[in-house]
Amino acid sequence: MSELLEIGMPKLSDSMEEATVLAWLKQPGDRVKRGEPLVEVETDKATVVYEAEADGVLEELVVAEGETAQLGALIARLRVDEARARAAAPARPAAAAREDGGVELREAIRQALDEELERDERVIFFGEDVAIAGGVFAVTPGLQEKYGPSRVFDTPISELAMSGAAYGAAITGLRPVLEIMFGDFLALSMDMLINQATKYWFLSGGGRSCPLVIRSVVGAGGRFGAIHSQMPVSWLMGVTGLKLVAPATPADAKGLLKAAIRDENPVIFFEHKRLYSVKGDVDGEVVELGKANVVREGKDLTLVSAMKGVHDCLAAADELAGHGVEVEVIDLRTLRPLDTETVLGSLAKTNRVAVVEEGPLTGGWAGEVLALVMEHGLGDVDDAWRITTPNAPIPYSPPLEDAFLPGPERIVREVLQRR
Amino acid sequence: MTVETTSLETGLALDLYRRMLLIRGFEDRVQSLFLRGEVYGTTHLYSGQEAVAVGFASVLREGDLVACTYRGHGHLLAMGTDPEGLLAELLGRETGVNGGRAGSMNVVDQEHGVLGCYGIVGGSIAAATGAALSLRGSGSVAVAYFGDGATNQAYFFECLNFAKVLALPVVFVCENNGYGEYTPFEAVTPGGIVPRAAAMELRTTQVDGMDVRAVRAAAAEVVDRVRGGDGPEFVEARTYRFVGHSRSDPGKYRPDGELDRWRERDPLSVAASLLRGDLGVADEEVQRVESEVEAELDRIETAALAAPFPQSVAIPEFNE
Repeated sequence: MSELLEIGMPKLSDSMEEATVLAWLKQPGDRVKRGEPLVEVETDKATVVYEAEADGVLEELVVAEGETAQLGALIARLRVDEARARAAAPARPAAAAREDGGVELREAIRQALDEELERDERVIFFGEDVAIAGGVFAVTPGLQEKYGPSRVFDTPISELAMSGAAYGAAITGLRPVLEIMFGDFLALSMDMLINQATKYWFLSGGGRSCPLVIRSVVGAGGRFGAIHSQMPVSWLMGVTGLKLVAPATPADAKGLLKAAIRDENPVIFFEHKRLYSVKGDVDGEVVELGKANVVREGKDLTLVSAMKGVHDCLAAADELAGHGVEVEVIDLRTLRPLDTETVLGSLAKTNRVAVVEEGPLTGGWAGEVLALVMEHGLGDVDDAWRITTPNAPIPYSPPLEDAFLPGPERIVREVLQRR
Repeated sequence: MTVETTSLETGLALDLYRRMLLIRGFEDRVQSLFLRGEVYGTTHLYSGQEAVAVGFASVLREGDLVACTYRGHGHLLAMGTDPEGLLAELLGRETGVNGGRAGSMNVVDQEHGVLGCYGIVGGSIAAATGAALSLRGSGSVAVAYFGDGATNQAYFFECLNFAKVLALPVVFVCENNGYGEYTPFEAVTPGGIVPRAAAMELRTTQVDGMDVRAVRAAAAEVVDRVRGGDGPEFVEARTYRFVGHSRSDPGKYRPDGELDRWRERDPLSVAASLLRGDLGVADEEVQRVESEVEAELDRIETAALAAPFPQSVAIPEFNE
């Protein structure tokens, strides 16, 4: 048994109406996996590669290469593998999403930027190709038109100057939001961020803050290879004075980004590239930084994760329910400061905790979560472990990369093995 | 603003001389306190370069912002940072400008227009570039001080380009004292410094960094243009440090006689000659200024040494 999934022309933003198919990366009859690049489309703002939303076989192309279609119009049909359809569909933490609607996470982020630029004239936004082109992941179209080139602007490819400019602007009255295109490029911006921005509050005796936000695209699974797929959280976990935000849903992405922009401290805001197309309802609510969210309740085991890992945990929890294991899933949402209380509260109930981190085993935040568990909840612990990526660079080839990542299958397997 | 480029009004000249004397005397005391174990870690003295910071600061006004190097005591004092608070900071005392949290290399004092002092070579360039984003259209300017060594950092190339592309109101002031730490700048800076800035189409100015009158005149012209919104400019001030790079450096890499030749152009002597010569200020008047500064430094040193050490760091990790 299988069902047909209608694929619509991706809706990049409210300000666009149509897009052109540049290239189909799969042909009818091809088997596609969820997350695999499917089609390349072009708008007047940007060229974007869209990924398959589910596993299946491409049935029919409705819009040919070179043809233009209204956003949302049917462009292809995918015959979905039903057995895997449930696990493949984007998971929906809390009340955040509908199966068939809502806004994409990328649009949720654009809305947060839009609303904060509107609300506070001290907010500025800049980065490489974010203004005129609207971002290489089509997250920020239309903002420069609305707010003008003095508040939303493109920069040279100069990550160090960009982070320095954000720092200098933040300590002199502006509230800059900077996009570092790929998180891997954060390495180039580190000096200003680590050696200066996070110290200003301290050095000035609590007199002056450095309210800057760096948005950056992170994560593997997009076939971008070893140096455009990393999860640089662990590079930054040990930096005092720096907040690290890692949303999993459109609602949280919007609410947390608004909170980050209003926060008085330097904040790195991670955007997982595999979540940009995830849809969900969003509202205008600010989501407080540093608060985790219990997105599924259960009594047998606590899975703790963030970003795409939350969706993997929820898919695994569905599967594990069939094995009689009731899993509680915690979306940390902020990785620094960590919401220890929520994790310990859940542990007291389940006595077993696994932390699912997309990132190398050694030195990651999963280790920090377990350290807190051991320090503060040792008496509650029957089992505690990490499910992470290996201590190795991220491979390019699809089967290698898929095997590298801690997806639902591996989570299920490890949980059942340790039961 | 217009500034006479060839002469200096006597009262102002005396003020500039007083400020340079204060910096030199301050640094002499820091050196002595260091040797007595009262200043910790390391420290980088500004002796010899006073005319640059004092000349530039003399044309800045309320709202302008500067970013300094880790050789920043002179920049701070030129901008009006309280010398007693600065010395107390170096002594690690509670009454320090930053309560003893910063020390010699990292002082922050925005109350006097100082964004900070930057312990990473070139960091000041980025700080001023970013501040200039805030200052766009205000008529105020940001000034970045940095050494010749910083012109080999990514900061230099990225930020000059960034500031030029965005037409930011920032003045990049390279204090070329001849050495990046222990290495002569000629050995590591092919093509020289000014052509690097010129390649990015910044207007460039070279000035004798030992002559406060010349620095002030050049600074006035440059700062005036940048205030007007013409975009960033670059200044190379040729100067010399009379001491080693840091407290552990006796400066033995310098060729015989080089220090002596530069000492003949000591910015204090140059300024004193100007006062006594062109401006016809009486010896007694010059000496009165000198003894007033000495007395002030005595008072500051005594007060700073008497100040208590901080008992705790009361700053939480985050500003909530």
